[in-house]
Amino acid sequence: MTVGAGAAWGAVLAASVACFAIKLAGQSVPQRWLARPAVQRVAALLPVALLAALVAVQAFTGEGGRLVLDARAAGLGAGVLALLLRAPFLVVVVVAAATAALLRAAGIG
Amino acid sequence: MTTPDVPFETGWEATRRTITRNALGVGLATGAYGISFGAVSVGTGLSVAQTCALSVLLFSGGSQFALVGVLGAGGSPVAGVATAALLGLRNALYGLRLAPLLGLRGPARLVGAQLTIDESTAMALGQPHERGARLAFWSTGLSVFVLWNLATLVGALGASALGDPTVLGLDAAIPAAFVALLWPRLTGRAPWLVAVVAAVVALALSPAVPAGVPVLVAAVAALAGLLPARGRS
Repeated sequence: MTVGAGAAWGAVLAASVACFAIKLAGQSVPQRWLARPAVQRVAALLPVALLAALVAVQAFTGEGGRLVLDARAAGLGAGVLALLLRAPFLVVVVVAAATAALLRAAGIG
Repeated sequence: MTTPDVPFETGWEATRRTITRNALGVGLATGAYGISFGAVSVGTGLSVAQTCALSVLLFSGGSQFALVGVLGAGGSPVAGVATAALLGLRNALYGLRLAPLLGLRGPARLVGAQLTIDESTAMALGQPHERGARLAFWSTGLSVFVLWNLATLVGALGASALGDPTVLGLDAAIPAAFVALLWPRLTGRAPWLVAVVAAVVALALSPAVPAGVPVLVAAVAALAGLLPARGRS
């Protein structure tokens, strides 16, 4: 992480306030605002786009944003296998971490 | 021994027990993944206090992982907050669905808002009657809140005691967590297409723009939802 402790706290608190305001807005705005089907569809796809982009960036980019294939990619692959085998969240994450750790211990990636 | 006219109150007792039992189960399952959040967050360099603050104050798994992931990858705090907020928008839609059901005013609305997350909403909307839906919302919300936060603390303390995060592969845990969150949402051709486009856009932009920005730009892929839905209507 490149940010200092102060900036990190700022991010933690700002994100918390923003997310709380968003939750509260949902409880408070009139229904008809977001009842339109097009809006519902975009809203359903927004986490899909964000999460997919996050997966790609967190697994496959390295220094300077360049494409990199290392132990993280292998860990992700193992995690996806676990998902295909219907493993729960915690198992998927542990499998990915363990795979990456083992590969690094073996001197790969 | 089936009686066709079981009094509502007797039926309600059984329903109430089922709902609270399920709420506890959901809380425990969510707690398990809270341990991984605590560990991963400390692994990216946040302190135990910052990690726990996120679980108490932000209290939304996807957004929490997004914030620590972006910061950990060298993104700016602004990019991290923006990504977390965008992922949190769905909680507003949940609030819209739940507001008429919950009918909250004043301080109760603030508490109810904080507890509006994937799990409490899903449990509430799964109930056929209003009374059960309200119980499901509150019992699941509170159960998840307590267990998620305890689990975060355990995970954070554990990871900080163990030292170097790359040795444990915790940095590989982050993309795996995002894939696990994404998986149940890939329900058809449209989500898959949006996911692939977003991933490709983000990867293409990464060498060219500051860390954290590619993900935000890739979110535009979600605007594909504005295209008219085909087939069923």
